[in-house]
Amino acid sequence: MQPGLSADQQFFQETTRKFLDARCSPADLRALAADPAGYRPGWWRQGAELGWTTPLVPEAAGGGSISGAGLADLSLAAFEFGRHAAPGPLIPANVAAFSLGRSASSGGGALAAWLERLLSGAATASWLRADPPGTDLGGASLTAGAGPGGGLVIDGQAPVAEAGADADVFLVTARAGSGMVHAVVDASAAGLHRRRLEGVDLTRRWARVELDAVAVPGDQVLPAPADAGFEASSTSDASGDLAERQLCIALCLQQAESVGAMQAAFDMTLEWTANRYSFGRPLSSYQEIKHRMADMRMWLEASYAITVAAIDALDAGRPDASELASAAKAYVGHFGPELVQDCVQIHGGIGVTFDHDLHLFLRRVTAGVPAYGSPAQHRRRLAGMVAERVAS
Amino acid sequence: MSEDVESFRRRARAWIRANLDPAPQGEAGIGRARSDERELARVARAREIQRALFDAGLAGICFPVEYGGQGLSLEHLGAFNQEVAGYDCAADLQIPTFTPCAAVILEFGTEEQKRAHLPAILRGEEMWMQFLSEPSGGSDVAGALTTAVRDGDEWVLNGSKIWTTGAWWADWGLCLARTNWDAPKHRGLTVFMLRIHQPGVEVHRIEMLNGNREFCQEFITDVRIPDSDRVGDIDQGWTVGTRWMFHERTAMGGGSPYVVRPAGSGSAGLVGSGDSLWPLVVAEGRSQDPTALDLVGEAHTLALVGSALTPRIGASMRSGALNDQASALARLYSGTRSVRYATIAYELSGQSGLAWDPEAGDPDPGVGYLMRQAACIGGGTTEMARNVISERVLGMPRETSHDRDTPFRDVPRGPAAG
Repeated sequence: MQPGLSADQQFFQETTRKFLDARCSPADLRALAADPAGYRPGWWRQGAELGWTTPLVPEAAGGGSISGAGLADLSLAAFEFGRHAAPGPLIPANVAAFSLGRSASSGGGALAAWLERLLSGAATASWLRADPPGTDLGGASLTAGAGPGGGLVIDGQAPVAEAGADADVFLVTARAGSGMVHAVVDASAAGLHRRRLEGVDLTRRWARVELDAVAVPGDQVLPAPADAGFEASSTSDASGDLAERQLCIALCLQQAESVGAMQAAFDMTLEWTANRYSFGRPLSSYQEIKHRMADMRMWLEASYAITVAAIDALDAGRPDASELASAAKAYVGHFGPELVQDCVQIHGGIGVTFDHDLHLFLRRVTAGVPAYGSPAQHRRRLAGMVAERVAS
Repeated sequence: MSEDVESFRRRARAWIRANLDPAPQGEAGIGRARSDERELARVARAREIQRALFDAGLAGICFPVEYGGQGLSLEHLGAFNQEVAGYDCAADLQIPTFTPCAAVILEFGTEEQKRAHLPAILRGEEMWMQFLSEPSGGSDVAGALTTAVRDGDEWVLNGSKIWTTGAWWADWGLCLARTNWDAPKHRGLTVFMLRIHQPGVEVHRIEMLNGNREFCQEFITDVRIPDSDRVGDIDQGWTVGTRWMFHERTAMGGGSPYVVRPAGSGSAGLVGSGDSLWPLVVAEGRSQDPTALDLVGEAHTLALVGSALTPRIGASMRSGALNDQASALARLYSGTRSVRYATIAYELSGQSGLAWDPEAGDPDPGVGYLMRQAACIGGGTTEMARNVISERVLGMPRETSHDRDTPFRDVPRGPAAG
């Protein structure tokens, strides 16, 4: 579906696809529904061997991408995750690896050690994220104050943290005064409490995480990166730029996953319309159904287009990356669920049963709506960007 | 040896900066009435620019050298499109003159026809229009009733064409006519070149509800056309017509080698961006109103998505990932996006969209709203686009038609056809 991929990129996508084909059948996913982590032991380490954790980390820090455009590479895996409704902490693991990869070399032993474990898949991460000051994207309330020895003391609560119940480590992006700080916090840290939640996805897991005066040693605080690879117009310092970049990465990967799930639901429904007969003719022969499939095909193509545009802008470090990432969320976050719900409607009653596979993808796009800011919150953020540009 | 892309780019850049004006801004669509003087001045300026491009060796970048073009590659055209972003570059000539009209002449014309018309087109001397739609049916192009009857070395044309933009100032029409009423619909058509301003061609200007008078209807009465102005074989007009539509689709998908299409120049210059709505929000005192912000964000999202979608579809068509019918996806998107934009603009304008002071400028979102559906009608309705997507892109069953194998004269045309 993606034009212009190199042979190496196609190979990477193909490898992930085959791996998921073999291990993430709908029957596998149903079997995992009762699993606490949502995936079997060893699963994430195998994925890391396929390259799911390295693309956003520089080679010098132990990572490496295929094409030099790390997010474009990683999004190919994200797309396949969506198409298979696959389990695993793809987004938080990569946001954490990216952030540590920017800082680990200058931050010393503790950060480098965590990065190594994240890259190998030996450890998984969850990301607790506060909104930067002046923005409202559904972030957690997390505040950091100075601790002893250059460390931090962090307080607050993240009501819904992806992969938070089983993560070995948390990347915490917290408010500190009028700016942001970034730190890694061991899951075993004193004062960190987490509670497993039930959620809409069969295999994705969330937790409520509370930080009650959690002390973070100085060597687990990320130094302000000299260069976040990106300059966000809305922020004034490097830590703010890093927070913005983290958000954009999460948004891009999330939309790529949703697009994959949309594609799966669409393909399934197109086939259904050809094979299902009513009144002696296939559903696909009714113009009403044809026109709805045409609308859906347009939403799907448009969703691909805006997601890839945001990814390319972010990989290139372009200043319009934030705008495109928000537009991707505003569009895909709205039309993704609309598309899959229409697929349900065209299937009729069977589309809302547990036995049919459609809900696997409905769950995935539905999970994609509120996290990292809802479509409505991103529309307002875009309006703010517009207002600022017109005023200047 | 042909000029390499980078030196061509430098040459184009220098010329463009020295000779072209900034492009006019604003939401695309069927604008409000402009005076005929302004309209004619704009067209005259387009011809002038085209002539200057020709003299500078920059006209018809992908047209063959023997017909006045530069014989260069799509990469050269791409470089030109990037350099010309933000400039006014003879927009009126691109569609339909260069494509589909000139593209069809290049593909089906005789050597004499190509030598007579293509250099003149590239010099800005001939502006062409599509004589395609008829009052009897908009989307069903192959159902043309305009008839050409052979008389010696000539053809005698009678009938009526409609929705030709700017026929009152254009020079030539590419005209689809029925030459055989006993053959089925698609097998009795022939294409002709028709000089617009001649006795027997009466051009009537249609007034749109917003006062725009760009669209025309032509009444063709006993107009004699030499057989040498026939394009393609007799009764094989649909072979020509199929490629005609192909060139039109390719242009809509952004992949035509025959048109100059200034590359996107950032979101501030986007068609229908939130930036274009913000002054309305400020004027209404709603810059803190969450509802207004939501609508601006929605319009801006749709504009950014549109600007990402068109090049993606073009690239997919060129790579073969999608067939050329996929340009209907872009058409459907742009129609529905424009409709939503018009609705949002009217909502944001409040009562100032309802009534305004003519002395104080004209944002006119109220009138834009009245014209809203034009974006889903002109250039093929969105319903047709949905048919094309479902049938030609997704492979769903074709609509049943009652005119495929019947002699055209026996095809039902309804009571209105008389």
